[in-house]
This record gives sequence, structure tokens and C-alpha cells, in this order.
Amino acid sequence: MYGWIWRHLPGGTAGKALLSLLLVLAVCALLLFVVFPWAEPFLPFNDVTVDG
Amino acid sequence: MRETETWDVVDTDTWDEAPDEAAYTDTDPDTWDATDADTWDDAADETAPIAQVRDDPPAGERWRTVVRTIGELLVTAGIIVLLFVVYELFVTDLLNGRRQNDLNQQVHEQWSQETPSSSSPRPQVPGDAFAVLHIPRLGEDYQRVVVEGTSHAALKDGPGHYSDSAQPGEVGNLAIAGHRTTYGSPFRDLDLVRPGDPIVVETADSWFVYRVLGDPATGDFDTDPSGIKGLEIVTPEDVQVINPVPDAAAGTPPTHAYLTLTTCHPRFSAAQRLIVHAELDGTPIAKADMPDGPPALTEG
Repeated sequence: MYGWIWRHLPGGTAGKALLSLLLVLAVCALLLFVVFPWAEPFLPFNDVTVDG
Repeated sequence: MRETETWDVVDTDTWDEAPDEAAYTDTDPDTWDATDADTWDDAADETAPIAQVRDDPPAGERWRTVVRTIGELLVTAGIIVLLFVVYELFVTDLLNGRRQNDLNQQVHEQWSQETPSSSSPRPQVPGDAFAVLHIPRLGEDYQRVVVEGTSHAALKDGPGHYSDSAQPGEVGNLAIAGHRTTYGSPFRDLDLVRPGDPIVVETADSWFVYRVLGDPATGDFDTDPSGIKGLEIVTPEDVQVINPVPDAAAGTPPTHAYLTLTTCHPRFSAAQRLIVHAELDGTPIAKADMPDGPPALTEG
């Protein structure tokens, strides 16, 4: 999977490395600001109220 | 890289069934390496260069890709879970810290603009700043802006006021929920409170000093004259803790002003709830009389 991505990135080694870094940062941002806030309510350890 | 080479050799061994055992004498797995493989491959078939042999076998190559991809996905999943832990333990605190700052500024601006006559109960919108909570036991400067409502979104901003519960100082039960972990963890150390500890609620024009129930002399939460425990651990379904008279039947008419804080217990779990009950001590103190807060704020 990672090998496939690496082979399909354009540019030389330096360009590929830079693009990889950008991709990693983009995925992290997506996770932190979109996926995690969405997934959080489904997890139990944030329940602090009493409800019937 | 070392791993890949090992796979190469093992694969070679399985799909290239040609080499006879006599030619391949090195059976110790530890010494299997590319050089060995080359040697015995060449010996077995001089006409088939090793590179061509490696390109040829589709089955082995495909399996290797499948296994490698599964491995990569598993490692990726592990990293995502770790990132989620970082998000919960650190990023949510940062987000909440910023939000609390904003709310604090907002609520004080709002209060300073209000004329005394307009301080009658105004309609409360979920998520709006509701009051400021001070718990000196959790730090001299401990203060959190309480928001209206206990929805998931509201509790991200700060402790939340159960919408149907009493107003500050009102006879009945003022109930507030807050996070034990994540989002600033306002109630992380709520289990440190002791009987008699002040919990101060600040509104636009008044201070309300509540005191944790129990016997301050012995530190026993269970021996308050009212019969209500100062601190208890209950199941998530025990809604009677936020009744107008805590732990009494829902219809019991209240005669005192109580304060109830709820959070999860134990930390990092939601199996139970940690509950703290307090009762209004004396009468509300007008902010005009004590702009810097009641003496209870600096107690202990």
C-alpha cells in the first residue's frame, strides 16, 4: 500500500518525500478535526450525566 | 528491508519447487539469506536467471502483496488509535481551554452590561453561558463557566446545567454535569472534596455559597443531618440523585436549595457516576457588597 503510493508520487526522492509529508499531515488534520469529533459521541467514556 | 529479503527466500522456496534437496543443503533457517538462495537457485537451473524467476511466479507474489498490505493496514490502524488517544488527552484540553477563555470573557461582558432590573431569569438557550462555578478545593483560582444544557456539544465547552434543574439559589436542586477526563477535565479531581467544602456559584449579580454535605468534623459524607450523602457513587441510571430533593422520590417537595455535581467514575470509564451533593449556606451574597467574592472562595 505505502509502496504503491510511493511509486505513484511524482518527482524525485526529495519531491516524493515532501509530498508524503504533506499527505501525512493532511490525513492527521482530517482525523483530528473531522473523524475524531464525529466518532467521539459513540464512545462511552465521555458520559458524565445521569439519565434514565 | 531485512524482512522483505527473508520473505523473498521463503517464497522462492515454496513456489520454485525445482531445486532438489541434495543441491540445497543449508536447511538452517537462520542462515537463509539472499546469497544462499542465489547459490542454490543457480545450481538448480543455470538457464533461469534469478530475476526472471522472481517476476514469473504470480501466486507467491500476490500472496506477498496481500500479506504486506494486511500488515501495513494493521500498523496504520494502531497509529490511528494512538492518535485518537493523543486527541482525547491533549487536543480536547486545548480546544476546551480556548473555549472557556472566550466564554469567560463573554459572560463577564454580558454581566457588566446588564442593569440590575434586567437580571430576572432570562430565557436560557442551550450552550449559552449560565454561571461561573468556583471550587476552592480544586485550586484557589479554579473557575469554570457553566453552560446551559447537558448535550454532548454543550459539555465540550464546560460543565453543563441540567436544563430542568433549579436555578442558582433556588429551592430545589441545581444539577451540573462535567467531564472527568478530556475537554479540560473540569471535574477530574471532584473526589477530593471534603464535607463542608464550599462550592461557589457566581451569577450576574450574586454569589451563592453551597457546602458539601456530610460531617466536616469526621470527614464522613454519610452522616449529614439531612440524610443526603455528600459524595456517592451510583450507576448511570440513578437519576434520583438530581431530583429536587436528592435521592428522594421525584415528587417530594423541596425545602432547601441543593447543588449536585455529576461526573463519570472511575476516571477513563463510564461504568458509574461520581456524585457530589451540597446545600446552600446562608443567603445569596450580592455582588455589589462583595465584588471580589465571598470569604468562602479563599478558605483553606
